[in-house]
Amino acid sequence: MKLERMLGACAFAVAFRVLSPVQAHAVVTDEDLAQIRQSIKQLEVQHAEDKKRIKELEQRLKSSDSKALASQSPTSESPTVPPPPKADFPTTTASTVSSSSVISAPAQTSTPASAGAFNPAIGVTLMGTYAHFSHDPNKAPVPGFALGKDANSLGTQGFSLGESEVSLSANIDQALYGQLILSHPSEGGVDVEEGFIQTTSLPLGFTVKAGRFFSGIGYLNEQHQHAWDFLDAPLPYRAMLNNQLGDDGVQIRWTAPTDMFLQFGVEGLRGDKFPATPTHDGVGAQSIFVKAGGDVGVSNSWLASLAYYHADAKDRETVNDASTDTFTGSTDLGIAGLVWKWAPNGNPVQRNLKLQSEFFFRHEKGIFDDLADSGDQTGFYGQAVYQFMPRWTIGARYDQVSASNISDGLSGTTLDDLDHTPRRYSGVLMYDTSEFGRFRLQYNYDDSAQANQGVMFNYTVSLGAHGAHQY
Amino acid sequence: MKKLLICAALASIVSFTAAPAKAAVNIFACEPEWGALAQEIGGDTVSVYVASTGRQDPHQIQARPSLIARARSADLAFCTGAELEVGWMPVILRQAANSKIQPGSPGYLEAASVVSMKEIPQRLDRAEGDVHAAGNPHIQTDPRNFLPVADLLAARLTAIDPANAATYKTRHDAFITKWKTAIQKWETEAAPLKGAPVATQHKSWVYLLDWLQLKEVVALEPKPGVPPSSGYLAEVLAKVKAAPVKMTIRAAYEDERSSQWLQQNAGVPAVELPFTVGGSDKAKDLFGLFDDTIDHLVKGARQ
Repeated sequence: MKLERMLGACAFAVAFRVLSPVQAHAVVTDEDLAQIRQSIKQLEVQHAEDKKRIKELEQRLKSSDSKALASQSPTSESPTVPPPPKADFPTTTASTVSSSSVISAPAQTSTPASAGAFNPAIGVTLMGTYAHFSHDPNKAPVPGFALGKDANSLGTQGFSLGESEVSLSANIDQALYGQLILSHPSEGGVDVEEGFIQTTSLPLGFTVKAGRFFSGIGYLNEQHQHAWDFLDAPLPYRAMLNNQLGDDGVQIRWTAPTDMFLQFGVEGLRGDKFPATPTHDGVGAQSIFVKAGGDVGVSNSWLASLAYYHADAKDRETVNDASTDTFTGSTDLGIAGLVWKWAPNGNPVQRNLKLQSEFFFRHEKGIFDDLADSGDQTGFYGQAVYQFMPRWTIGARYDQVSASNISDGLSGTTLDDLDHTPRRYSGVLMYDTSEFGRFRLQYNYDDSAQANQGVMFNYTVSLGAHGAHQY
Repeated sequence: MKKLLICAALASIVSFTAAPAKAAVNIFACEPEWGALAQEIGGDTVSVYVASTGRQDPHQIQARPSLIARARSADLAFCTGAELEVGWMPVILRQAANSKIQPGSPGYLEAASVVSMKEIPQRLDRAEGDVHAAGNPHIQTDPRNFLPVADLLAARLTAIDPANAATYKTRHDAFITKWKTAIQKWETEAAPLKGAPVATQHKSWVYLLDWLQLKEVVALEPKPGVPPSSGYLAEVLAKVKAAPVKMTIRAAYEDERSSQWLQQNAGVPAVELPFTVGGSDKAKDLFGLFDDTIDHLVKGARQ
């Protein structure tokens, strides 16, 4: 833990150095800003003139007379003077308008100059589901596990407006990026799903995220629900992370300067979310993770990850069939994951296959309902998703958890697995109207406690700014 | 203070291990054509990593871990821009967190910023299919577009690596001369094609058609990025029968089915063009790319 704190302190020291305008070389000074503003103004004035010039230039290009282009020699820029933020910006010092700046004019002047130009990118994700379960989805215990609040239910019977959300994101300045995601949870109201700032220009491959975010401990955990292939979280996520772990805190990542992808991360979290409980005077949960990935030939790629998460809980209340349990103690959770993707020639447009699996190992130790508790739990899921032709995808998933190792005193409590291994089988069929619209039909055979079959029909669409997809 | 000292020690260890083994400028090229251009201008003073191949749809590259690792160590990211990479580059840039190649810095270069763009949409609506607000991004299908991009690249390389300014100037000038000669050669070879009506599979060819003055009579996609339905293909068939076209052209990464279908049903030759470097066996570099493109077009027109 000491080392983690030290690393954290280091990253902050580095962050403040970079962010402080005196030392940072990448920071734009007021003088630069004034200059840029002046340039923009000039550009606006020249807009009409430039348009004319572009036409002329196109004419010249057509006749293959590109003398003017060749005359623009690279050494015309003084090599000793550091370039302005954009080397191709027409500078006010240029005595003659070079040909390349004439050509670059349309790209710059076509950007709207209104106040709205600096609005953050706004993206909306709409999700709606119709679900039918053969048994009450709200009576779905997982024997052997005290479930978090969101994990108590398998879903909503009938129509529901799933997890529709609005995201706002933009670069804050040359050093920071910010994102806010507001979602509408099924129980109503508005929830801040994520709201964080992230550095973009720390040296040496470091990046720091602060605010509320999904923890980097699991492959699915980092993705938004609407990006999952299946509509619901696999059993180990449900049983051990209350579906998905998002918390307030700080995350530091370092990417190694190697050709193979190698990334290390540490997180200090408030501990507001299951399985932790808030300790309002400090860090309630910590995690550390490492990810590695690469390509195998041109058609295959992979990402492996290993994570460790530790949290302390004090009087953590969980509800199981109307009775409330409390737990005070510690949770240690390890997650190992592997994702493998294949596409012919590495081109996923026609066909592609994605295999993914994650293993969970947990040790909880403390006092459960006034009884001594020290037990190990495991869980895993494996899934395969195959796009067999453009727009059409099928997938299958198997997930299970197991909590066979409890002390005798706990038999008969929620932590008693009743000699049963909770498991589930799922299948999904997806049809994409485009990369922005998706319809899904999912079938679950849930054998966690009593067999419960579920059929879900869902749409997931994206409006406006559409964030790029994570791997 | 103690903490700061330990920090400094840690940082120096990290920076030692992170020091690049060679002095070359590391270039992360989003598409093969820019990788090839970077190689032409940079020669041995640059080390080029190409993020996609000629057999991959540049709109739909996945933000793979290997790309993040390469972007992490890059000194220059060289992309098309005009939103072509909007589905993957932002994630890579943010995950790699490399300050040198963030948009706005000298190490981030968009070729489309110096090319006069075509098909800038009047109406921005996703109901129109895969439209790009900045215009059609497939600028590499017109060799004349490489001239201003080469200028821009040489200027950026000079700014990033002033020590090799002379090399960049020499190689740039040599490339421009050679390229202009080649353009003239290709234009001569393609002269008989002037005014020929063609069908295209995806709206990827507007710059090529404009250069060689071919006429796009019909596109096999009803809207950019939207695969044709059988009803739409029937319309295409009727159109092609009423006004015959010389050939259907498609990029190497595209599904061949709809152009093959038109070949079988209307006898329109389906011509696969390399689209970029690596899109065919002969398109090994930029010169090979256009040699092969013209060759296929001329042969296709003769069929």
